[in-house]
Amino acid sequence: MVRYTVRRLLLAIPTLLAVLTIIFVIVRVAPGDPATAALGDYASEEAVQALRQRMGLDRPLWVQYVRFLADLARGDLGRSLITGQPVIDQIRHVLPYTLELTAAAILVGLVIGVPIGIVTAVRRNTAVDYVGRVVSLAGLSVPAFYLGILLIYFFAVRLRLFPALGAAEFSKPGAHLHALVLPALSLGLIEAAYVTRMTRSVVLSVLNEDYVRTARAKGLPERVVLFGHALRSAMIPLVSLIGLFAISLIGGSVLTEEVFARPGLGKLMIGAMKQKDYTMLQSIMVVYAFIIVLINLVTDLLYGVVDPRVRYE
Amino acid sequence: MMAVARELPVAGVRERRWRGVQAFARNRTALVGLVMVALLLLIAVAAPVFAPHSPIEQSTIHRLEPPSREYPFGRDDFGRDILSRVIYGTRIALLVGLLSVALGGILGTAMGVVAAFRGGRTEAWLMRLTDVLLAFPDLITGLLILAVLGPGLWKMIIAIALTITPRFSRIAHGPALSIKRRDFVEAARAIGVGDARILFRHILPNIVGELLVLASLWTASAIRLEASLSFIGLGVRPPTPTWGQMIRDGTVHLTNAPWFSLFPGLALLLTILAFNLVGDGLRDALDPKTQA
Repeated sequence: MVRYTVRRLLLAIPTLLAVLTIIFVIVRVAPGDPATAALGDYASEEAVQALRQRMGLDRPLWVQYVRFLADLARGDLGRSLITGQPVIDQIRHVLPYTLELTAAAILVGLVIGVPIGIVTAVRRNTAVDYVGRVVSLAGLSVPAFYLGILLIYFFAVRLRLFPALGAAEFSKPGAHLHALVLPALSLGLIEAAYVTRMTRSVVLSVLNEDYVRTARAKGLPERVVLFGHALRSAMIPLVSLIGLFAISLIGGSVLTEEVFARPGLGKLMIGAMKQKDYTMLQSIMVVYAFIIVLINLVTDLLYGVVDPRVRYE
Repeated sequence: MMAVARELPVAGVRERRWRGVQAFARNRTALVGLVMVALLLLIAVAAPVFAPHSPIEQSTIHRLEPPSREYPFGRDDFGRDILSRVIYGTRIALLVGLLSVALGGILGTAMGVVAAFRGGRTEAWLMRLTDVLLAFPDLITGLLILAVLGPGLWKMIIAIALTITPRFSRIAHGPALSIKRRDFVEAARAIGVGDARILFRHILPNIVGELLVLASLWTASAIRLEASLSFIGLGVRPPTPTWGQMIRDGTVHLTNAPWFSLFPGLALLLTILAFNLVGDGLRDALDPKTQA
């Protein structure tokens, strides 16, 4: 297991480097000079030149690239072009909100999706299965931001059960969780649709395995066959899927934060994009890259834990 | 010998495709999806015929009027007819959805197939690039590309197409690789058939089914992406009606004029559902294993 962990860790490095390089290239090829963008069209030539120099934009591209990586290695993400504040402070402030939203959505997705997926697989081709499949397909087709608006309309505007917008401070846990419910549902219910479909197809394929037939043939009760034999191995592919879900939820959180006016990485990114704050944008992408590579790494390691075969590949 | 090498696989493909069409026709949900897609195309093409009013004519004294017989979806903050705007919005949604998938699909398939064919370093680089791009959620990739390109209809299409490209290269690569090693392709190559001919006669017909499934599912996603980007405020500029923009404008009036957001959203939801139904049906039809 130690060797496996070390190997996965080492494998993550080139991936991370490749992603960082792509981010650097994309932000650099953006049309328009970041310095001009930051200062506006009416800035004097000297002011633009001064800012370019301060940002290191007058240096050759490879020097900029090396500096970009060197700064990152020291944990320095630069300063916002708009506010002048260190980017890392703002990111550190909003990151917990995004991570919390994502985690809550994963929970909602699993708690709803896994049981429905199992039931529809076991009761295949019955009314339950049919309804479950139609509902999950409909769930896949709802854009997260629209579901968010529907939830706001019904549960905040009409029924007044939850706050419509914003998030409460972490220091007030009650109000904080209260404000988290609708965003987590709007993201999690859609994930539940994916989880349902995945669980159903995984369980279906396991139910066709020889050892399940053997278990039935030797007269074990169906309950034991299902929970003792089939579901245990069905959970293995689901573990790797949780990683995929987590990544897609990181993407979905961008819209959810926008709809619910919640602080978060996505909201910060959209703001940076609109204000052409390239330092901020680049840094947020770097943080996303780290999170995604980390999720992939953890998924791989978990996979090694639940399925010993993987470790000896 | 030559005739056998060339005819056998093609006949097999045709037969399989015919069986696929039959299975698709038996799949009722898929047919419903297909009818919905056809209707949407009709609405998009003949939008002026279906729209009861002008989608851009303003009338501020009637702003935010609730749904009525004359204006079934109500009016927006400029007094414009929401139904007509939803109908015209079909155009942008389908245009962006279909074109970006066509562009991204062709580019991605080409990348995957070329990688499989060339092998070696080309393959390593192309597929590494694909994997890195795939690591990011589609919305974040689309956002970043659009931020770099700037706003506009064509830039939106290109941004979504580039987001879709790696999904196709990943899917096209595997089958292309395995078919390339199959006997009939080796045989064709042995008798001196050129790369292009092998590609179009042997490789593409064998993966076209999978690509079609991917295309219809990604059309649904492309439409969702366009609406999402417009919702964020990075979409096609007004006054061209787009669903995402309408939903965005309506959120401010959710308490006093909920129809403003709800109806365009419903149109969006049904359109995405239609393409998902077709994609799902196609997948079941082409792959007997997943059939329930």
